[in-house]
Amino acid sequence: MEHIISVQVENKAGVLARVAGLFSARGYNIESLSVAPTLDPTTSMITIVTQGDDPVVEQIIKQLNKVIEVLKVVDLTETNFLDRETALIKIHTRPEHRDEAIRIADIFRAKIVDSSPTTYTVEVTGDVDKVEALINLLKPLGIKEIVRTGRVAIAREAAKVQTRREIQAAKA
Amino acid sequence: MKKTGAEIFLESLKQEGVKVVFGIPGGVVLKIFDVLHQQKDLDVILTRHEQGAAHMAEGYAKATGKAGVVLVTSGPGMTNIVTGLADAYMDSVPLVAFTGQVSTNLIGNDAFQEADNIGISRPCTKHNVLVKDVNDLARTIKEAFYIATTGRPGPVLVDIPKDVSTNKADFKYPEKVQVRGYNPTYEGNKYQIKQAAEEIKTAKRPVIYVGGGAVFSDAAEEVREVAELAQVPVTMTLMGLGSFPGAHPLCMGMLGMHGGYWSNMAMHHADLLIAVGARFDDRVTGKLSDFCPDARVIHIDIDPTSIKKNIHAHIPIVGDVKTVLRQLNVYLRAMDGKQSDLKEQRRPWREQIEEWKRAHPLRYEQGAKVVKPQFVIERVFEMTNHEGIVVTDVGQHQMWAAQYFRGAKPRTFITSGGLGTMGFGFPAALGAQKAYPDKLVLCITSEGSFQMNPQELATAAIYKLPVKIVLINNKFHGMVRQWQDLFYESRYASSYLGEIPDFVKLAEAYGILGLRALKPAEVEPVIREGLKHRGPVLMDFHVDPFENCYPMIPAGGAQHEMMLEDPPELRKVDRSGLAKKKAEEGEGVLPA
Ligand SMILES: Cc1ncc(C[n+]2csc(CCOP(=O)(O)OP(=O)(O)O)c2C)c(N)n1
Repeated sequence: MEHIISVQVENKAGVLARVAGLFSARGYNIESLSVAPTLDPTTSMITIVTQGDDPVVEQIIKQLNKVIEVLKVVDLTETNFLDRETALIKIHTRPEHRDEAIRIADIFRAKIVDSSPTTYTVEVTGDVDKVEALINLLKPLGIKEIVRTGRVAIAREAAKVQTRREIQAAKA
Repeated sequence: MKKTGAEIFLESLKQEGVKVVFGIPGGVVLKIFDVLHQQKDLDVILTRHEQGAAHMAEGYAKATGKAGVVLVTSGPGMTNIVTGLADAYMDSVPLVAFTGQVSTNLIGNDAFQEADNIGISRPCTKHNVLVKDVNDLARTIKEAFYIATTGRPGPVLVDIPKDVSTNKADFKYPEKVQVRGYNPTYEGNKYQIKQAAEEIKTAKRPVIYVGGGAVFSDAAEEVREVAELAQVPVTMTLMGLGSFPGAHPLCMGMLGMHGGYWSNMAMHHADLLIAVGARFDDRVTGKLSDFCPDARVIHIDIDPTSIKKNIHAHIPIVGDVKTVLRQLNVYLRAMDGKQSDLKEQRRPWREQIEEWKRAHPLRYEQGAKVVKPQFVIERVFEMTNHEGIVVTDVGQHQMWAAQYFRGAKPRTFITSGGLGTMGFGFPAALGAQKAYPDKLVLCITSEGSFQMNPQELATAAIYKLPVKIVLINNKFHGMVRQWQDLFYESRYASSYLGEIPDFVKLAEAYGILGLRALKPAEVEPVIREGLKHRGPVLMDFHVDPFENCYPMIPAGGAQHEMMLEDPPELRKVDRSGLAKKKAEEGEGVLPA
């Protein structure tokens, strides 16, 4: 099963190598990985997408927790979460395909962010299904190159119903 | 007043209570060695090889529970300690290794003797840090000792560039240490512990299975208390030996691949397993699918990654072994007055274990002509009342030493378990001896392992470390030969070592007493003379080259399917003929 694990780490040299090394040393595969600083500039968030049955993922999470610079590990798959990925897709554009390319991009609310006489570069952001669907539609036009960011994910805030007392307290 | 990095290094080590540093100097650490040279608070032991330094520090740490300290130069100095780091990581040995590094402005330039110390050591350290600024040095050292010695202990490497050791900074040793992402759990979950106590009371065939974790957390007393309160037989892993008295009526000795028949049978038939600071290594479990088929498992360990790694735990308890057992004992003590019932209730189980023991005890036959390796080891232990600190190398002699060890104290059986590092024994024995200059330290080794670090004979001689080396000389990589006999039709591929060198002469070359026993009648006199000698001694015992170590669970076999003696087809093989042929092929000379 696929798991999206977000790992908050201290923003220090070598931390990424330790986290990645932990996967390679145990033969766990990383499907995608993204890293960037968080609100607190001394920490970064690593989002890792990996495959594995429950015992494997439990072991991965314990191992991640063991790394000294790791501050927090959350398996988002166990929660209600949102995930997004951005892709830049460079397509060949023969004159008779240019309109079609723009139409497809529009449907997906993707943007054409660069163009040359023979290519368009399309930028799309969305969940994996959306990105994959767009790629599939663009394929017949001829895809020259794709780069993807890998997924980032965040837990949804629990939709909490306020009690009357809470509303009153908030007003007071 | 400002101090140089080298001076800060020294002061920090003093603050940590370090008494000895093992190492070898080189270009980038000369400043540090120079500072160490001009003080008397801590000793520097100059070893003959950095690997020796690392194992000495391990031996020191395993014998004392304090962090062992290594100091080596960049490049080859660092790469030479990698085996020691990996060994310490596997066996949870608190080690702080300081490595020199080229100056910060040269890092990444392929400078002379530059190596990526952090990259190389990452997979075999608990933590490692490159110190880029002398202002960070004291805090980094404090954190290194803290991380190495707390939680599940392990090696920490601190990489110090040359300019960091010469630059100056204000020195103030931090009083407190706080590492953001590191908070080991010490207390166990109360609910789980209570649950465990309930199961222990009602179990019919319980076994306590103790690993190295009990030794590191100094929990011998607590283990004994659980065992006695609940009348549960105890078996130990190779790393756990010493955590329960060998002569105790509830003691079953070692389990696993070469453990006692009775202890493996007890495990196999147990209905409750209380795993204490042990990690279900494959050398213990044998075939996983057949391991303890009827047992519920209580697993106590400070490292959450050890729990449910390869065996399901019904009651997982994360915490320090000593603390958790104390919590557990509160519940067990509350059984008041019911102990005698319990004793009665467990009687059939203990009788069953005794029966297994009587059926297949450890055994060997010592004849008049050829010395049996087990005989030497058993006699050494008996003649020292099982009171020495025993340090072993890796191979058959290690397993025999473990089988015949009856010591009663933790930290008196020191061996390389997880990594199985040949060459560990002798330097580790020197480290233990350095920690306890007045105690008897026995190094049980064999010609194969000993030749992986014989250069440390110089260290023994120069620093007058009176280790008693018991060299079980079977002229083979014995354990390898055993597997070749059992699984490769006695084809001795690269396992015959022959009679080179003459170990007595080798010892003498270093100014160390060398003794030799060729016949059974010579064994005791040699041991007696060796033990009487005040300095280091090398006793070279020529033993039966073809003796095999049993019981044995063949790799991948189930724990109750032990081999108890040479299989009949092997007994038919004329191995002396094979040996003679080897000799004719020019691979050395075997005894007739
Ligand atoms: C550094 C290292 N290399 C290789 C091995 C593989 N190995 C395991 S036991 C053994 C033979 C040990 O021979 P010896 O030290 O003579 O002990 P004996 O088995 O004869 O008692 C070997 C080569 C090892 N454990 N460690």
